[in-house]
Amino acid sequence: MIRASLLVEVMRQPPRSAALRERDWDVLVRQARRTGLLARLAHALSSQGVHEVPVASRRHLDVAVRLSSVQRQEVRREVALLQHALRPLDVPIVLMKGAAYVMAGSPAAEGRLFSDLDILVPRHRLAEVEALLMARGWATTHLSAYDQRYYREWMHELPPMVHIHRNTVLDVHHNILPQTARDRPDAALLLEASRPIDGEPALRVLAPADLVLHSMSHLFHNDDLGHALRDLSDLDLLLRDRLHDGDFWPALLDRAEQLRLTRPLRYGLRYSHAVLATPIPAHVLRHADRWAPSRPVASCMDALWSRALSPRHASCDDLLSPLARGALWVRAHWLRMPPPLLVRHLATKALRAHPPRQRRTPPAAADR
Amino acid sequence: MIVADLPAARLRERLRAGGLRLRTGPVVSCIRSPLEDVAAGVALHYARHPVVDEGTFADFHVSVERPASLRRWWRPQVVFRFDGDAPFAPLAGDQGFPMLEWGLNWCVSVHCHDYLIVHAAAVARGEHAVVMPAPSGSGKSTLCAALVYGGGWRLMSDELALFDRSSGCLHSLARPVSLKNGSIDALSRFAPSARMGQVVHETVKGSVTHVQPPEDAVSAVDRPAHARWIVMPQYRAGCRAELRPLPRAQAFMRLVGNAFNYHVHAALGFELIADVVSAAQCFEFVYSDLEQACRVFDRLHDSS
Repeated sequence: MIRASLLVEVMRQPPRSAALRERDWDVLVRQARRTGLLARLAHALSSQGVHEVPVASRRHLDVAVRLSSVQRQEVRREVALLQHALRPLDVPIVLMKGAAYVMAGSPAAEGRLFSDLDILVPRHRLAEVEALLMARGWATTHLSAYDQRYYREWMHELPPMVHIHRNTVLDVHHNILPQTARDRPDAALLLEASRPIDGEPALRVLAPADLVLHSMSHLFHNDDLGHALRDLSDLDLLLRDRLHDGDFWPALLDRAEQLRLTRPLRYGLRYSHAVLATPIPAHVLRHADRWAPSRPVASCMDALWSRALSPRHASCDDLLSPLARGALWVRAHWLRMPPPLLVRHLATKALRAHPPRQRRTPPAAADR
Repeated sequence: MIVADLPAARLRERLRAGGLRLRTGPVVSCIRSPLEDVAAGVALHYARHPVVDEGTFADFHVSVERPASLRRWWRPQVVFRFDGDAPFAPLAGDQGFPMLEWGLNWCVSVHCHDYLIVHAAAVARGEHAVVMPAPSGSGKSTLCAALVYGGGWRLMSDELALFDRSSGCLHSLARPVSLKNGSIDALSRFAPSARMGQVVHETVKGSVTHVQPPEDAVSAVDRPAHARWIVMPQYRAGCRAELRPLPRAQAFMRLVGNAFNYHVHAALGFELIADVVSAAQCFEFVYSDLEQACRVFDRLHDSS
């Protein structure tokens, strides 16, 4: 089903890198860098005993590993500061994604790069949390009236907050999918099942099944697929971590139904298994297949996701890749909002003066 | 093989097709561009730099091209791409070469974390280097250009001082020196032999041009040096060139403040800068006249 890229081939079987020539390493490093998987590639190689990396490539792998470990340290510090800031409220802080992997010691923290901190709090405490964060140095962004409304009325999170001194970005969520999304879990269930982190009584993470389901719902509802393969690799590591936990798989299947996330579960299991050879029990895959869309839709999705889950690099794209990414972008929006709202949202975005993605004026290395 | 060995047509062919793999000290960049001003800039400024063959690993794959939009034809723009991704907004169509230079600086400063990178000019005589950390607009590039084109110093870099993480040695890039506005005329008066590229007007920094790196800088690019002097330069119109001792603690803070990736190196970064500062003499330097400035640097070198 999937045309394996060099990166995926090596991630699946690190010893195969022994046969690579210098020009292949050049491509491998580029694919991994574009996907945000350089450090994880380095980890995959060293954990499989592959130490023969040509020196020019080694340099980039080493740097990525260093960056990733510095970022883990920064995440810990940021979490501590956040916890300190919110202490007066006595509100449960559920860490999500990267921060959760780091603080809970998950293997998915290994070789991961971080851009922001994600937390989940009960919706009825959102106003208090935001007010206190603002008093403690976090400022809201996306100041236009439309953006504010977009986040506050329709999304599952506040507009991203940036700390005025440290420039760190914090996303405060009250659910894992937008309020306007078709199938959206009940956030109370997620909070209720969350569990404290060892040694950090004030911090919580989602229950193991919920952690996996969140990772899947995030990936398969996302309109920004630049790091889709990285997200799939997170999922792969989360699933491998539960390989020998007999209770996990039935719990995962039940929970997906309860949280109305059966479709993302089916895609997550299917593509993690197909692309990264995640050892998922056969009966689990079969069970999840009952949640597949109709056969023609399923084949179409395979064609789209096989492209979107390749590294986003010229060496992996075929003629249909841009089309596939475009189609999945439309799909992500379709799942996120009912059609009338969607039309209005896209029209507003299209007519706006400034581009959606803020890009800096030229570097001139100096002007940081 | 060096860039000058490639006939003009071959050079342009490489830039248009597979890319020109250019080595500048510890960095190999694969550059693609269909634009004539970029090709002319590369031919002039990198004439003596080694070209490596196609199968060689390149640290960075970059291109400067017209955007795939109407702005390809209508009031043309240029866009810098790092392996397909455009990290910066496009610029006006004639800014291709400056954009390539800025883009390459960016590549080094955000990826080469095997070095502690300080926003500083660095010049050397033999094994001994002067490191001049300063923000944009302080006259660091102008002073650097004067020292290397008329002051008997070897250019290491006008923007990025690379300190090796393990040895603390300073490494050279020997890339073109960028000049802007008044500095352009000041340098052509001071060092008429310096070879400048085309002046591009109305950039974010005003009028800019680049100066070809001197031959000795390129041939000695792999020769590391030790930071013997840390000098914080400041251009001040009409003043006499003067060095004033700077307390080491302040020099330390100035290096940290101008470092691009201090945070990446954690404790090692702290120790590295502390070691560099302890082993160096530290000064503030004000100047206006380039001739005078070069004499002060001569005396600095001879006195220690």
